[in-house]
This record gives sequence, structure tokens and C-alpha cells, in this order.
Amino acid sequence: MAKSDRVQKGSSKWDIVIGPQRNLFDLRLRELWHARDLIMLFVRRDFVSVYKQTILGPLWYLIQPLLTTITFTVIFGNIAKLPTDGLPQFLFYMSGTVTWTYFASCLTKTSETFVSNANLFGKVYFPRLAVPISILISNLIAFAIQFAFFLAFMGYFVLQGTQLHPNWWMLLTPVLLLMMAGLGLGFGIIVSSLTTKYRDLRFLVQFGVQLLMYVTPVIYPISSIPHQFQVLIQFNPMSSVVEAFRYAYLGAGTVNLVQLGYSFGIMLVVIIIGVVMFNRVEATFMDTV
Amino acid sequence: MSDPVIIAENISKAYRLGQIGSGTLTNDLKGWWAKARGKPNPLLKIGQEELDGEILWALREVSFSVEQGMVLGIIGRNGAGKSTVLKILSRVTAPTSGQIKVKGRIASLLEVGTGFHPELTGRENIYLNGAILGMKRVEIDRKFDEILDFSEVEQFIDTPVKRYSSGMYVRLAFAVAAHLEPEILVVDEVLAVGDVEFQKKCLGKMGDVAREGRTVLFVSHNMSAILRLTQESIVLEKGHLVIRAPSAEAVDYYLSGGNAKAGERIWDADEVPADAAPFRPIALRLLDKAGKIVDTVRSTEAFKIEMEYALAGPLTGLRIGIYLSTARGEVVLTSFDTDDQKHFEKHGSRPAGHYISGCVLPPDFLNGGCYTLGVNASSYRVRRYFMDEQALIFNVDTSGAPGMQWAEPRPGVLRPRLEWKIESK
Repeated sequence: MAKSDRVQKGSSKWDIVIGPQRNLFDLRLRELWHARDLIMLFVRRDFVSVYKQTILGPLWYLIQPLLTTITFTVIFGNIAKLPTDGLPQFLFYMSGTVTWTYFASCLTKTSETFVSNANLFGKVYFPRLAVPISILISNLIAFAIQFAFFLAFMGYFVLQGTQLHPNWWMLLTPVLLLMMAGLGLGFGIIVSSLTTKYRDLRFLVQFGVQLLMYVTPVIYPISSIPHQFQVLIQFNPMSSVVEAFRYAYLGAGTVNLVQLGYSFGIMLVVIIIGVVMFNRVEATFMDTV
Repeated sequence: MSDPVIIAENISKAYRLGQIGSGTLTNDLKGWWAKARGKPNPLLKIGQEELDGEILWALREVSFSVEQGMVLGIIGRNGAGKSTVLKILSRVTAPTSGQIKVKGRIASLLEVGTGFHPELTGRENIYLNGAILGMKRVEIDRKFDEILDFSEVEQFIDTPVKRYSSGMYVRLAFAVAAHLEPEILVVDEVLAVGDVEFQKKCLGKMGDVAREGRTVLFVSHNMSAILRLTQESIVLEKGHLVIRAPSAEAVDYYLSGGNAKAGERIWDADEVPADAAPFRPIALRLLDKAGKIVDTVRSTEAFKIEMEYALAGPLTGLRIGIYLSTARGEVVLTSFDTDDQKHFEKHGSRPAGHYISGCVLPPDFLNGGCYTLGVNASSYRVRRYFMDEQALIFNVDTSGAPGMQWAEPRPGVLRPRLEWKIESK
């Protein structure tokens, strides 16, 4: 009698129940929280391994935005003579490049989650979302380095006597970062969920992100766009983020809280759709990859 | 001991064969668009039905339970569904229907070293791999020295693992996995890697795990490892669970459950692979001294092994070989019909025709037990025409054999009647 009691009591408590398809909104966020050590180790792995066996090492984090900014300054600033809201061209393009790069690398790297980790995912279970989230964090480190670099240039320009107007919008920096990360993650995991079935999307992402840059005010300010088209540009949720960033640190840009609110809303929608799709694909993607 | 820690209820897993969807978005969109307009899919060939691909049931309604502290073997031929069971258990893929309930943490050794990054050092990989397998950082900190000790790569711990030899790599990987301390450990063919000394260590670790009251699922093709390490086994055949029994019984069932039949194996034309031509196996037989087909021979009597085959064309250098093994997979002997120099010269080339190659095994030779007989037809260093490693299974009966006055099992494969001399001096 005592024994059967124990068995009953024991068998009522299962740690894992493995079934066919999970509830759509059973996102297992608790599991993700428990995997935070793993996320940090992935971040470390990405950070350490990327520049191993390169001569310049982490210096590449600085060379990339620097060269891009110089190129933009020469081509768009000096040759095409695009306006920059009265800001020094170098700082204008650098602020655009640094912010855009963070969004773009979050998107492209998370979009490869399933395809490039197929080998690992095929052998061990851990909350799959740990991978895209670790990508956001390791990119954030790169962003922090590049952003400090940008601040250094800002300081240099101020010392040279350039009038810049950093303002209280700077306090929104964490929110802006969250929005860039969120949009990158959301779109990225939607694409990665779809690429398990449609490999076309990988190519689309590669040049799609490049094209997207041209409908984001990275190389031109919104104010330079004819008024009737500004709405079209602002339809792109990244536009207000880039402009807000520029406005906060350099003091020129076209942005208001309504536009930011719109982008924030889009980010939430994209993340929810992305996470739900991701969780659905996660259960069986090994059979289709 | 009696609490189940795993209960699998009616697990089925279907795979769709062939291409899933058409592989590209544009083609799928074309298909949907055509369907939406009620027109046939333009990408299907005329007369082709719209199928969702053929469905392969890798597992069909498999149910089993595993009690705490048990070492359960999973046996089956390739494609029987063993790996699918493990994949579902380790949550790499979800079952199509049914569910598995698990108590405690499962760690799989599906393949050791998953997630190892070649550029990272041994130390960094221990942490990364440990975390991927589900360990917390503090847990790894606590066990780090133990892991290092077990892996025997202490002096290279700060070297990137891409500089490791494959043996060191495997040792380090296994060391991490072995220190997971999961309640349930899943092991799949892991013993195939590493040197002998290390394999011993692994088996020891598995034994420790089991002794500590934890549960082990062990998948292997190595029947002697199954017999040594597991108490009970399940046999899978084409996705169905066919038997669950004490391991000795399950292994016997598995070995005899294939195509081996009592005393004779006849190959139907459609069982012979096309690339065997011009060789065509007909039958392998076991005959007693009266010439009768038997599946049990006496240890004290000679018996005959006969291979019947046909050649559709002449063959040069053909040799017919037999492989005699114990039920546990240890090879007893290999012999070819042209081993003898005379036969080798005379039958160097054989014209088309119908042949029987036979040999006699001497009396007082094999110990009692279960044996398997394999057959092979090849030309040395040219081509292997045909091979069946487990064509026949037979028993050897020891009645009348030397030493039968003691009713104890006698270890060893052979049971010869040796000429003893006992002298008093």
C-alpha cells in the first residue's frame, strides 16, 4: 500500500513532456531564462572566435565603420553632394552607419540561425532562442565599441569648434537600442524560420538589407526628401530610429514621439510574430533542413 | 528501483520522403496561385497526382517505460528507428503523435563534442559545451578539475582544440558529457571512438552512472557491449517495437529475427542485390553427418556447411568465404573454399554454371551456445560480389562433450577434447 502510494505520488510529477506540437503561445521563456549562462557563453564564443587568427583582431570593429564612413563622405557627400541637415558630413554618415550596422548585422546574423546551426540543433536540445539572443548581445558589444569611437570623433569635432547640439533625447538611447535590436531580431527570426523551407530568402536577405538602407535615412536626412514622400520613408520603422539617434547626439533630424511610437509598435508585432513562428519551426525543422 | 522515469506512449514519427514543398518560394507561390484559381499546378507533370510526398513511418506506436536505475539497451538494424527514438527523447525533433514523459534531466551522448568550437581553447570549450548540454556555470566551475582530470589533456587545456589530436578531442568531449550527472543518460555508439584504454574508462563511467541509481539508454550494434552493460533490451524492427526482454533473450531474438532461418538460408532472386551479378547466391545450409538440414549440431559430431550458388558468366579468382561468429559478435573463424593451394590452382577461374562449395567442421570443436554464419563471395583485391554477415544462426549442443559431468557453464568458444596425461611422480 505504502509503495503504490509512493509510485502514484512519483508519477504525477514529470519534468518534461515531449509531445507532437506545442501550443502556439507556449514560448518557454522560463527555459530561456535558465539558459542565460549559455547565452553569455555563446556571446563570448562569437566575440573571441571572430577575430582569432586575424592580424588586426578587434581593431576590425573600428576599421569597418571608419572605412564605410569615409566612403560615404566621399561619394554621397563630396561627389553626389547630398545635404546633411547642416551637420559635418563625417559625423552625419558615421552616426547613420553605426546605427544601421547594428540593425543590419542583427538581422542578417539571426536570419541564419537555423541553417548555420543545423548541425548543433540536430544533436542537442537547448532553448533555440538562445542563439539569436546571443547574436543581439555580441553585436551590441561591437556597437558599443563603434559608438565610443563615434563619441570620440564627436569630441574631436567639438574641440575643432564645430557647433553640435546633443540634447535630452540622448536619454532615449537605451530605448532606441532596444528598438534596433528588436526589429533586427524580429525580422531575422521570421526569415530564419522561413529559410528552413525556402532557401531563396537567404539571398533576398543579403541584398534586401542593402536596399533597405537606401529607404532609411542613413545617407540622407529625411528633411531632404520632398514632403509628400517623407511619409513613405517614415513607413519604414527604422527611419525614425536612425533620425532620433542623430537628433539626440548631433542636434539635427526630423523625428517625433509619434513616429517613434509607431516604430515601437511595429517592433512588438514583428517580435511576437517572429517568436511564434520560430517556436513552431523549432520543433520539427530537423526533418526539413 | 521501480519508479518509471521515462514513459513513452504510442510514439509515432512520420517523415515525408523526397522534396518537401518545391524548395523555392516562387514555385510554391505558383502552385498556390494555380490552386486558388482552380487550375492544375503548372509545375506538376501531366498525369501526376498532387501528392504531399511519400510518408515514411520511422516509428509506429512505440510504447515503453524505463524504471529508475535501469540500463536499457535498444537494438535494431539500420533504419529500424533507434536513432529516431533517441532524437525524440533528446528533443531534437518532435514526434508526429504520442508523447513521452520524462522525470529528470536527460543528457544525450548522441555525438560527443557537439558545439565544440575549434578556435576556442579546451577550457573555453568545456564551459561552452557544458552549457550547451545544460549545465550551469557554477556547476561547471565546481566540476572543472574533475573534468580536466578525466580528460587527460591537462597540459593542453589552454590550447585551441583545433590543435588537438582526435583522441584528445574525444576525451575532452566525453569528459564534459560524463560529468553532466543527468538523471537519464542516452548513449549512442559512443564507444566506437577513442582508444581501448579510454573505452574502458567510458564503460566504467557508464557503470558508475547506473550504480548511482541513474538511468541509461544504450544504443549499439555491438551485441557484446549490450550484453555486458544492459539488463533489459528492446528490439526495434521497421519502426515497431517487437520485443522487450532480458538482454540475452533480446539479443538472440534480434540475431535470429532477421533473415536467418532454421538450418538453411535460401536467397530469392529479388533479395540479391543487382550488383552481385554474375554471382547469384542460392542457399547456405547446415548439414549433420547424415546429410540432414539441421539448426542444432552436436559439439561431439562433425557437421557440414554448404554454399550453393550459380555463375551467370565465368569468374576469375572467385573465392567463397564463411564467417563463423558467436552470438555476441566475436569472430571464431574465417575460411575460404580456395584456401587450399590445390583448389586455388584448380578453381582459379570458374566457368558459368551451378556450384556447391562445402566444408566439414571437425567434431569436438565448438563449445555450446548460439553461433551465426556469414557468407561472402569475392575476388581478392578485385571485387566483392556478395556478402551476408548474418545469413544463418545455429546452436551447438554439448551433450557428450568433454567435462559434461560437471553441470557448470564452461567459458570459451572452443570445446576440444584435449589429450590430458596425468602422471604421478
